[in-house]
Amino acid sequence: MRIKAQDLVLNTKDLKTGQKILLSGIIYTARDAAHKRIIDMLDSNKELPINLKNIAIYYCGPTSAKPGAVIGACGPTTSSRMDSFTPRILKEGVKLLVGKGARTEIVVNSIKENNAVYFVATGGVAALISKTVKKADLIAFEDLGPEAIYKFEVEDMPLIVAIDSNGSNIFTRG
Amino acid sequence: MRKIKSDIICNAVENLCAKANFELPTDVLKALKQSIVLEKDTAKDIFEEIIKNVDIAETEQIPLCQDTGIANFFVKLGKEVFIDDGDIYYAVNRGVSLGYINNYLRKSIVSDPLERKNTKDNTPANIYIDIVSGSKIEITFLPKGGGSENASALKMLAPSAGWDGVKEFVLSVVNNKGRNACPPLIIGVGIGGDFASVGLISKKALLREINSENKITFYAEREKELLNDINKLNIGPMSLGGNTTALAVFIEKRPTHIASLPVAVSIQCHSCRRKTVII
Repeated sequence: MRIKAQDLVLNTKDLKTGQKILLSGIIYTARDAAHKRIIDMLDSNKELPINLKNIAIYYCGPTSAKPGAVIGACGPTTSSRMDSFTPRILKEGVKLLVGKGARTEIVVNSIKENNAVYFVATGGVAALISKTVKKADLIAFEDLGPEAIYKFEVEDMPLIVAIDSNGSNIFTRG
Repeated sequence: MRKIKSDIICNAVENLCAKANFELPTDVLKALKQSIVLEKDTAKDIFEEIIKNVDIAETEQIPLCQDTGIANFFVKLGKEVFIDDGDIYYAVNRGVSLGYINNYLRKSIVSDPLERKNTKDNTPANIYIDIVSGSKIEITFLPKGGGSENASALKMLAPSAGWDGVKEFVLSVVNNKGRNACPPLIIGVGIGGDFASVGLISKKALLREINSENKITFYAEREKELLNDINKLNIGPMSLGGNTTALAVFIEKRPTHIASLPVAVSIQCHSCRRKTVII
């Protein structure tokens, strides 16, 4: 099923855990260091470089683009490292999370409370995923190198719904 | 004595960095293709993505995984080799710096574990040197992603725990943190030595080719036993269920203290990148 990110952030109810989708639209990369910095900025009431309301976040630290390429290899990183930050990020309005691997019960509950969705992409297929990125812009935290925030425009990025807005979790069900 | 310039080593390492990150070893690809027939549904789809990724990466020279790793080098340095304008550590690190910058590989190393400032050229590398006879240098590169490395673990068992204790620990590591490390996995198990050496032999175990048999019959059987038990865990590709949780288990052992039974488990993701050059 092909889905547009801009539609999905407004209504996540129809997606069910286990569904395979092809996502198109805007997603922002953010991994460990970017999460930490976002939370620190929120705590000190600083203005964020991106508006978190109704966006998709992709746990990814890409390789640099070769000359002429949109982006380098860009597969998902392990989501659990972001678990401690995620409830706060979701409270700020992020609706879609993309990464790999299981999440804590606290994150599952937070996804449910905020009508969000967590998707998994296949880890270690970063060249394949790079082909779905049609545009990539560096948005913030350039000093973090691969951990900077990039705005990706993706087309038909292959994902699996791992935790839906009802809190159904692919990693713990039967 | 054979004299060589450090540039020769540096250039070889630069080339290794690129090739290893773009091209999956043939034995790993073969094992993936053999395992796909055991899978259906999502597990099969994931295998198909993995195999397609190998093709795209090699054809277009794009890294197989965005995590182009911490750079591990296992060097067999012939004792009749003399590097007359530097040393092996300098030459390898310079090769890594050039290799990662010139090939747009990800720079994933921070200079201090707490301050966490990126060194911007993926140095320093981990360089392990064995002095051997002869006048050649054999360099094996193992770029290791952080996700799978984080899933690795070490435990000091009591000798009374025996093989059963070793096995229980390996299975618990795979069943817990190994799930998040991009299965199907390759598992390196170190047994014996001490706290420091057991980790290293578990990592060296990852250099073996898939389907290669342990030279010691007892350990060859233990490897099969562990692989069989791991693949019964139904973790499957990307931990979404299936018959293939691991492609191989490799055991390395060494003598140990009468009071000790150290065990280390090095977890390698399916993107098992390694390459060797002989100079």
